[in-house]
Amino acid sequence: MKMLLHFTPQIIKKPLIAEVVLETGVLVNINKATIDVTGGELIINVPDKDVNKVIKSFKSRGVDVVTLEKPIIRVDEECVHCGACISVCPTNVFKCEVDDSISLDHKECIQCGACITACPHNALKLSR
Amino acid sequence: MVEKTVEEVNQKIRDGSVRVVTAEEMTEIVEALGPKDAAKEVDVVTTGTFGAMCSSGAILNFGHADPPIKTQKVWLNDVEAYAGLAAVDVYIGATQLSESKGMEYGGGHVIEDLVSGKSVTLRATGYGTDCYPLKNIETTLTLEDLNQAAMINPRNAYQRYNVATNTSDQIMHTYMGPLLPNLGNAIYSGSGALSPLFNDPTYATIGIGTRIFLCGAQGYVIGEGTQHDPKSNMGTLMVKGNLKEMNPEFVKGASFHKYGTTLYVGLGIPIPILNEDVALHTGISDAEIRAEVLDYGVQRRDRPVLGKVTYEELKSGRIEIDGKEVRTSAISSLYMARKVAESLKDWILKGEFTLSKPVERLPTKLRVKSMRQTGGLPLVKDVMTDGIGTIKPDVGIEEASKRIIKGEFNHLPVVSDDGRLVGIVTSWDISRAVALAKRGKVEQIMTRRVIVVSPSDPIDIAARKLEQHNISALPVVDGKRKVIGIITSEDLSKLLAGGT
Ligand code: SF4
Ligand code: SF4
Repeated sequence: MKMLLHFTPQIIKKPLIAEVVLETGVLVNINKATIDVTGGELIINVPDKDVNKVIKSFKSRGVDVVTLEKPIIRVDEECVHCGACISVCPTNVFKCEVDDSISLDHKECIQCGACITACPHNALKLSR
Repeated sequence: MVEKTVEEVNQKIRDGSVRVVTAEEMTEIVEALGPKDAAKEVDVVTTGTFGAMCSSGAILNFGHADPPIKTQKVWLNDVEAYAGLAAVDVYIGATQLSESKGMEYGGGHVIEDLVSGKSVTLRATGYGTDCYPLKNIETTLTLEDLNQAAMINPRNAYQRYNVATNTSDQIMHTYMGPLLPNLGNAIYSGSGALSPLFNDPTYATIGIGTRIFLCGAQGYVIGEGTQHDPKSNMGTLMVKGNLKEMNPEFVKGASFHKYGTTLYVGLGIPIPILNEDVALHTGISDAEIRAEVLDYGVQRRDRPVLGKVTYEELKSGRIEIDGKEVRTSAISSLYMARKVAESLKDWILKGEFTLSKPVERLPTKLRVKSMRQTGGLPLVKDVMTDGIGTIKPDVGIEEASKRIIKGEFNHLPVVSDDGRLVGIVTSWDISRAVALAKRGKVEQIMTRRVIVVSPSDPIDIAARKLEQHNISALPVVDGKRKVIGIITSEDLSKLLAGGT
């Protein structure tokens, strides 16, 4: 499962990810990281069975954790099934089905944002 | 030999014996039975397309206010509509942008909102006359409040369209969507075997007066579209339909990132299978429809052709360009195009839609002309400085700094031994390295991702690149990436100042 971590500037200097990995023994995968003076934001991917352990460990260190059950959200009424989102997505989230409708597989999304601007119908949003 | 007339087909529609299939179904029927038997079996083939059609808009009549106003400027939800017509007539075009929301909202969205029954804010100004004294008005309106609301699209239903890709090292935001750098993707448009004009490429049955499916309403072909180019298999249609009868599912405003707004239009044409020839044409398959792959990395009218592919290949999700596998996706919707063709089929089967015989054929011999440009665009090669100094990547920073002191340059292209551009250093990069007492070679401080122009580019392209990347100079390179000059923002501003 993907999760979004918020760091305050006070704790940003600590090697938090390393500490959590050592404590839980879970290998987290970093999908995206943005860090500046106002703090940090990280999207990580954690094996489903270890989710609770990892959340607990981050929370005990003062990190705000939001699980991204659906990292990418589609407003289905707006979608016209054109497929413009397909070829810009680095992780192949979107797929053309046999009836040529476009489906999406949330699990693969790393929230890069490429599809958001590619969609001409403003049908896609990142969950927060 | 089968010969039917449109009247005979309509008789069958009325008595319920008509046989209708979609163009995709027809492809299989013609393949199985051959055109002769297919013409006996099938009376009507329905086609469909659903995609971005920028040359679309609507003529609206608001009715007169009291006191009356002769509108000179009109905005609908802050999108300007053309009001150079009678007092309360306007034309709202799909690509006009909102003055407050910019590229997020435009004429296409206004049309969608009207069709969806939403209320729209009208703001208008006039200059005031004895008969039209009012100078300003603001009100909210819905589609129901309008007298007429006619969609009139100057160019729809392109027979086929090019495939867009990008060999440059920058992402390009186009009307075909985002094109990723270095052949990162390819985007196509059009519904292939379902495409209206591809199923009747000689316009044997389609002409002025042909009744069609337009955005869920019954509309008409009113002539050839603008840029109609039958000789290159790029025919287009001008169409009309009543906004008040349309279905919002088939009219969707859209916005292309960093490009602007447009309207997605659902359009379908019924083709009466009058004889074997018509049947043969409607048997066309995706494998037989080819499109050229163009390089949108080149910002010119005549873009290089990188290859030809079929719609079958495009729809498979991958094509090959220069030996590289490239992911494809569509900007038009095949799913919705099929819905258009199916809805039209349904109407005909239920007897709600009869066919019309065109009163005039579409031209089959026209060619598209390019714009006559009398101004004469200056080219980069006319303005650039040539014979400029360059530097090798392995020259020491100290040595390079001597060349600045001599005042040789502000920007110095870095070239390999065979003269190819590999980077660029500015006098600022070097001064900074010297100030920080950095030792080493030019290659350690140069910028490697250099934005360049070609000598035959018009200077507007150079100006756009300078502005887009917020830089002050561009090396001019030939096809082999050899540096032949440099063009700076200073050169350009001098030229513009001199020109006016
Ligand atoms: S945000 Fe990025 S990874 Fe997620 S679906 Fe969109 S393009 Fe794919
Ligand atoms: S680009 Fe937008 S409208 Fe097109 S298929 Fe994807 S989500 Fe749907």
